[in-house]
Amino acid sequence: MKTEDKKWELRLYIAGQTEKSVTALNNLRRYCEEHLKGQYKIEVIDLLRKPQLAEGDQILATPTLVRKVPEPIRKIIGDLSNEEKVLVGLNIIPA
Amino acid sequence: MKTSSSKKQKKENKTPLTLEKALTGIAGLDEVTGGGLPKGRPTLVCGEAGSGKTMMSIEFIVRGATQFNEPGVIMTFEERAEELAVNVTSLGFNLEKLQAEKKLRVDYVHISRTEIQETGEYDLDGLFIRLGHAIDSVKAKRVVLDTIENLFGGLENEGILRAELRRLFTWLKDKGVTSIITGERGEGRLTRHGLEEYVSDCVILLDHRVVNQISTRRMRIVKYRGTLHGTNEYPFLIDEDGIAILPVTSLNLNKETTSERMSSGITTIDGMLGGKGFFKGSSILVSGTAGTGKTSIASNFVDGACKNKQRCLYFAFEEPPQQIIRNMRSISIDLDKHVKAGLLKFNAARPTLYGLEMHLVAIHKEIQKFKPSVVVIDPITNFISVGTLSEVKNMLIRLIDFLQNEQITVMFTALTLNDVVNDQTDEAISSLVDTWLLIRDIESNGERNRGMYVMKSRGMNHSNQVREFVISDEGLELISVYVGPDGILTGSAREAQMLQEETGAAIHNYALSRKDREIMRKRKVLESKIASLNSEFESVEEELNKVYEEEELRKQILSKNREAMQTIRRGSQKNDELQSVKK
Repeated sequence: MKTEDKKWELRLYIAGQTEKSVTALNNLRRYCEEHLKGQYKIEVIDLLRKPQLAEGDQILATPTLVRKVPEPIRKIIGDLSNEEKVLVGLNIIPA
Repeated sequence: MKTSSSKKQKKENKTPLTLEKALTGIAGLDEVTGGGLPKGRPTLVCGEAGSGKTMMSIEFIVRGATQFNEPGVIMTFEERAEELAVNVTSLGFNLEKLQAEKKLRVDYVHISRTEIQETGEYDLDGLFIRLGHAIDSVKAKRVVLDTIENLFGGLENEGILRAELRRLFTWLKDKGVTSIITGERGEGRLTRHGLEEYVSDCVILLDHRVVNQISTRRMRIVKYRGTLHGTNEYPFLIDEDGIAILPVTSLNLNKETTSERMSSGITTIDGMLGGKGFFKGSSILVSGTAGTGKTSIASNFVDGACKNKQRCLYFAFEEPPQQIIRNMRSISIDLDKHVKAGLLKFNAARPTLYGLEMHLVAIHKEIQKFKPSVVVIDPITNFISVGTLSEVKNMLIRLIDFLQNEQITVMFTALTLNDVVNDQTDEAISSLVDTWLLIRDIESNGERNRGMYVMKSRGMNHSNQVREFVISDEGLELISVYVGPDGILTGSAREAQMLQEETGAAIHNYALSRKDREIMRKRKVLESKIASLNSEFESVEEELNKVYEEEELRKQILSKNREAMQTIRRGSQKNDELQSVKK
């Protein structure tokens, strides 16, 4: 399966395995399974290990979810606890 | 001795306890702060938009990287790195070069609320990591966050943000970097979002005020924990060399003084000042009404100093330099020569160009750059158009203070109008100057002449006389005025008086020579008389001599005759006897 085939490319920036990042990742996986099954790819970047990547995507807060594809880029920060906000934010469901 | 050494020891023991400071390299700021910003701690620089916050913080970083070998990180929340680089190129800062040399790192943090959704708990570890990474990559000792308050516009959850900011500043302290955080001035408080709550070691407030349509930048140290600092408002300037802050009030009056003298460039003025001219490092005021030759005196002074190979700085606030040079040529002073030789520098500006304080800063900067031994400010009265009398006086006090500290001789010119305000100007500053030359119009007989006198001159025996001040093609000259029964005579009246005197003298001379001739004639007459008497005497003498000689002759002849008779009678003795009988 090639990445180009995926309709959704998501990147989650975290700073270590904190409670917030674990919650965020779990939440994200759950929403994707529910709404985008088979069409998504999640990449988790730990900034503690790769700090140089923070600048590229203009990351300030952690955790930050970045929707790389489809364009335009969208960002959602926080532990993604509000499902509706995340789905609207990612434009999975219309606002 | 003992006490002082023990004091010294105490001081040395205390040193580790005192706050360490990091020199900023910004002209004047290190003086005002007593050695720079608190080392390893954050400093808040706040001010309105356009007050120079970014400039100050970038200069702090650039000077750190270039002068103190302290690499820096600029984290900008407003301008892109490229924009920032372009903006400061005008100050001569090459950010790209510094970045290539690994002395600087610029990180642009872009925040836009439209792009970001918030849901649930988060922290700003991302920012910390970015900053930490930037600091580590250049081993930065200095950090600028410009303007971190933009985060408030980009993030909704103020509670988290505040907590994170507090954590950020603590984190910066732990990192041991000296940092500047900029913040926009808020209503009724220093920053819009109360950053001063978090950054409490040092707070600098920048201000940009417009008074009478003239803007002046000022800075003030609102607080600097644990150290002495200047508390006044200091004006500052942003120009092609960056920021220059002027610590304007010097507190002491103990300046070094010298008894060295320097010529005024006009021998007759030197003569009025005890024959040697001004004291070196003193201040001289030349005041007079319009067109009395104040600039000419100043130019003469400059000319004289330049001829002695002294550097002169001429601040012209009225005329452009070229015009002064041209005008002075008409009284045979060639200033252009000195300009070309690099001894003389003109600095022309309209007083209304900027505020008084800025003028002071600009003058300071120029003086420090050019290092002259003579400064001319022509005229100071024009400053009244940018400030009140007391402000002008204050500025001049500070300027004179500064110049005296630097042992620079300064000549001010001041225009006196028959106007109350301006009259006060020279009165106001007259107490500050050491020597005051006053040129007054003397108006009489339908003409206007210049009279000059030394109003005061500290520490020298100066003339009390009014001299007539004459400007001619050959230059300046002081002529003793004619004091006659009709008062002081100047100009053509003096000339007339002099002519009259000359005529009188001529007539007198003529009369004298006539008497001489008469005497000669008398002598001749007498001499001829003597001669005739002599000849008369001679003729009388001759006459007398003639009689005498005739007598003599007759005697001789008689005796001859008698002898002859005797010889004749020798033949006839009878005759003789007869004769004797007869007797």
